[in-house]
Parts: sequence; structure tokens; C-alpha cells
Amino acid sequence: MKWDTCDASVQYLLHLGDDALILGHRLSEWCGHGPILEEDIALSNLALDLVGLARQYYQLAAQRIGDGMTEDRIAYWRSDREFRNHVLVEQPNGDFGDTMARQFYFDAFHFLQLEALQHSSDIELAAIARKAIKETTYHAQHSSEWIVRLGDGTDESRARITASLARFWPFTSELFEPSSVDRAAHAAGWGPDVASLRGPWLDLVHEVLHQAGLQLPEGPAKLLRGKSGIHSESLGFLLAEMQSLPRAYPDATW
Amino acid sequence: MAPSIDMEARFLDYVSAENKVEPKDWMPDAYRKTLVRQISQHAHSEIVGMLPEANWITRAPSLRAKLILLAKVQDEAGHGLYLYSSAETLGTSRDQMINDLHTGKAKYSSIFNYPTLTWADMGAVGWLVDGAAIQNQVMLCRTSYGPYSRAMVRICKEESFHQRQGYEIMMHLARGTKEQKAMAQDALNRWWWPSLMMFGPSDDQSPNSAQSMAWRIKRKSNDELRQEFIDKTVPQAEFLGLTLPDPDLKWNEERGHYDFGPIDWAEFFAVVAGNGPCNTERLEARRSAHAEGAWVREAATAYAAKQAARRAATAPTAKASAA
Amino acid sequence: MSTPDQWPLWEVFVRSKNGLSHKHSGSLHAPDAEMALKNARDVYTRRSEGTSIWVVPSSAIVASAPDEKEVLFAPSDDKVYRHPTFYEIPDEVGHM
Repeated sequence: MKWDTCDASVQYLLHLGDDALILGHRLSEWCGHGPILEEDIALSNLALDLVGLARQYYQLAAQRIGDGMTEDRIAYWRSDREFRNHVLVEQPNGDFGDTMARQFYFDAFHFLQLEALQHSSDIELAAIARKAIKETTYHAQHSSEWIVRLGDGTDESRARITASLARFWPFTSELFEPSSVDRAAHAAGWGPDVASLRGPWLDLVHEVLHQAGLQLPEGPAKLLRGKSGIHSESLGFLLAEMQSLPRAYPDATW
Repeated sequence: MAPSIDMEARFLDYVSAENKVEPKDWMPDAYRKTLVRQISQHAHSEIVGMLPEANWITRAPSLRAKLILLAKVQDEAGHGLYLYSSAETLGTSRDQMINDLHTGKAKYSSIFNYPTLTWADMGAVGWLVDGAAIQNQVMLCRTSYGPYSRAMVRICKEESFHQRQGYEIMMHLARGTKEQKAMAQDALNRWWWPSLMMFGPSDDQSPNSAQSMAWRIKRKSNDELRQEFIDKTVPQAEFLGLTLPDPDLKWNEERGHYDFGPIDWAEFFAVVAGNGPCNTERLEARRSAHAEGAWVREAATAYAAKQAARRAATAPTAKASAA
Repeated sequence: MSTPDQWPLWEVFVRSKNGLSHKHSGSLHAPDAEMALKNARDVYTRRSEGTSIWVVPSSAIVASAPDEKEVLFAPSDDKVYRHPTFYEIPDEVGHM
């Protein structure tokens, strides 16, 4: 299966699905370890939503590829070079502040992206987006509220969340740098021009940070090409764990 | 008002007549204490019980399995929460209960001190451990303390898919490749006896049992529940084509039940005493999560206080406008 | 005396999509009303659509005494449970 030369709409679906799967997987690592029981449940719900969304994108992609392709072959049998998620979402969870900072940045982008995808000329993709935006609105509220609580909580929480927001800031530039897959999708009318999302994203982020009494981080962007398959070192470890069982028993079904 | 013998006798009559005891009712101190201990330990079991299964979420071998396992573990968190809530109606607090767990003062079901070593363990745990828990939980739906019984009814409704999920995994493995079938058999071998131990030793060994039965907290004896579980489960194992690791297991026509081999209670007591394979790791995981989350909880409390103060400062004086 | 990381207790009432009235579902801990609502949604409704949720601080609920003829009762206690931290006065009230 030639993942980087297959049908352009499939490549786009894989990119969307990869963001959802990798982020959902990271969130699922919190299960049993959350700061309080109620939040453990909330984080698991986020993970369930995102993995569920990934499945929808992958199932549609598999259908279009045909030839017996399945969501699981897509998820478990591609190497890290074949994954097309943003480098932001594969970053390790760190502490709760790190997780919320990563989530906050992505949720704001994801919301704007889905808003656009609802009007995709790819009708099946639009249908997925219309369902997903309700959940993502909820996710964005959840992460924003935590940024405010942590920013405007104690001195310790303010220091921690400031550091977390600064740590992930350099990863956000990739969200607005169109990959070749993004460009093809936009040209076909399937998805937005991601560069144009930067302005509204900054507005959303700025509003929440202001409410939290925090400053917009500064600093240069990282050189990131996750959407082209060049990831940080984190993804290799993540996939080694995630894909281990099917790869250990290649002739088994699960 | 000093409790008199008359109150205790009235209470006993009340529960014997299958009435529910509610939070504001008078109850013997010992009844309250027993329930706080039992409900909180039940809650702790749900929370600690998340860990051996959460272990495999990141390695679940299909996206569907990943979602199902994550949902199951999340349910267990929810069940713990319902149970902590029920216990709080008796005059304890979530923090007090958590503290007792972390300091080793409170116990949790010792089954969760065993490691989950393969994906087949997800099958065995769902099928056997949840199966045994369901046996107990169905009985507890009729327990005399209202909030506890209502929590159990809610839990039982949600529990239905847990055991099915585990059994489905076992079925798939038992019918799969040679390695998968061996994996399933191995998991069954390791989880069978500890599951039987979940019901606890014979009641004649347990000092609190008689009183719990009299107060209708407990509705069936440990041995009764264990026998019910075995009778139900043996045919399920046979259907899978797997062997139960008990050479003495045999249907007894006369009794109408399965005879089974002796349980190694030395193992049970060793694990309860803290020397099982994972006791340290389980408690450490819970302690760390709690400690590492302190700054988060404090931040939320501080923010809530600030917001309350801001609202109070900006609220129009209600008295003046109502005048 | 509650420690700074203790979240107060809230009672949750849920009216299902086609239900007629809110039913008491249980309780949970949250630092404020917004999180109480969100958590209630996650825990007690698993986010099913069309449900209405009320959350009330447990300390705000006033309960009747059980009917003396039918049940055993605790005298002169209008709080819903004997919760040790129900009677705490938050620090900031002193500054108002």
C-alpha cells in the first residue's frame, strides 16, 4: 500500500484521523492516574470521543481504498513515517498542565477546522465533521476552562501553566503551515486553507489567556513536518507500544 | 439521645421487615461503621481495579477493543464515584476515605494485586473477575442501606457489558491461532483461583458475617456466592473449549452443584497482607496520582473562591433593591 | 477544617430526555458550579443528548425529618446527611 501516493482524499482523511487517534491515545494514558476521579472520567471521555472520531475517518478511508483495507490495518500497520498527524499531538502528556496546554491549543484549532469541514465538498467528510463539532465544542470549553482555572488559581498553578503553554507554543506553528495534503484538499474544496485559520485561532487563544490573566507566549516556531511524516522522537515510542500486539502475532485477528 | 437496647431491637425489626435505612435514620454505631468500611472498600476496589486493565488500553490490538476497554475502565471510575458518594452519606468524606486507602488503613479487593500479563488477561478479568463481582453486586441490590442499594442498582445496569466484553475476548482467542488459544488458557489458569478467593473465606471464619447478615447488609454467605459463581462459570469455560485448572472439579448430581478442589487460603492471606505481586505498585500508582494532582485541585479551589469573592463584590445589594 | 485541595460535595438531579421531572442521581465533588455541571454530565448522563441537569451544593439542601411513625429518626437535624464538612464556613465569607 503506497500511503503517500494514494488517492488525495484518502490522504486527507488519514491526516485527520491520525490527529484524532494519536491525541486520543495520549489522553487514554491518563486513565487511572487523573488528579481527581471526576477529571479522570472527563479525560477518558475526551479520549473516547477522539478515538471514535479517528475510527470514522479511517473507516471512510478504508472504504475508499477498498481491497480489504480496514481501520485496524491503517492504525496498526503503518510506520511513524506514514503517520500524518501534527507533531503537537504526539507530545508526551507531562503533567496535567502540560496536557491541558497541548489540548487547549489543539482544541481551538480543531474547532475551527471542523467548522470549515462541515461545508466540505466531500459530503461524507462533511457529515463526520457535523457530528464531531458538538463534541469538539465541549472539548474546547473543557480545556479553556482549565487554562483559566490554572492561570487564575494559585501562584504554583500559574507558574506551571505558563511554563506548559510556553513549552507547546513552538509546536503550534505547524497547525497553520499547509502540507501538500492540506493544499490538495483545499484546492478540491474538501478542507480549509489552514493558514487562514491562524488569525481566528489567535483570537480564541488570546481571549482565553486574557481571562486567565496569562500572556500569549512568544518565541520562534519549530521546524516541524509531522504532516509529511517526519515526526519527533516521541511518535516512534508511542507506536511501538500501540502497535505491539498485532505486530507480535501477524497471522492473528483480534 | 443515648442508644438504648430498645432502639437496637427496633432497628433489627425494621431491617428484618426488608425496609430501607436512609441517611437521616437512626442506626447502630456498628451498622454505620460496618457500612462505611464496606462501601468505601468497595469503592476503593473499583478505583484500584481500573489499574490492571488500564494497563492494556495503550496496547489494545484493535480500535474497537481500545474503545471498549477504555469505556469499561471509565465505568469503573464512575462506579467508584457512586460508591464514594453513598459512603459520604454516612458521615465520612471522600478525602478521609482516600487517605485511609493510601495509608493502608483501608483495604480493597485483593484480586487487583495480580498482574495483567497478556491481552487474554483482559478477557479473563472481564469474564471471571467482573463475573464474580456481579454475583456479589446483584445480591447487594437488596442491601438494607438505601444509598448503597441504589448505587448497586445503577452499577448492575452498567455492568452488563463488562462481563460480556471479557467473554467475547476469550471466545475470540479460544477460536483463534494456536498462540491465541494458549494465551487464553494461560490467563484462565492464572485468574481462576484468585477469582474464587474474591468471595472471601467461609463465613464461619469471618467474625462480621453474622451481624452483617442480621442487619441485611449481606444477603448471602460467601460460600453460597462462590458456589453460584462456579456453577454458572464451568459451562462457560466448557463452551470455550478451555480447561479449568482444578482436577477436582466435578458435577455432583446429588448436591446439584459442582464439587471443586481446595482453595489455597495461604495465598489469599498473603496477598491481603500486602505480599501479592502488585500490591506496592497499585498503591503507589494511586498515591502518586493523588499527590501529583494536589496542585490542580488546589488551583481549582482557589479559582472558585476568587470567583465567589468577585461575584459577591459586584452583586447589587439585594436588600436595597428589594426594599 | 477543609484543606485547600478539597472540593465541596454537590448533589446531582437529572431529567432524562423524555422524563417528567428531575431525579436525584447521586453526588460528586467539584470546585464550582460550572465544573459540577460538566462532571455531572460526564458521570451521570454519559453525555446523552437532551438531558437536563441540576447541581446543588449538598450543604444547601434542607431535608424533612422522616415520619416518626414509620422509621427510626435522628432528632432536630435538617441537614441531608451527617457530613462532617457541611458546617464549614468558607474563609472568604468572613471578608464580605
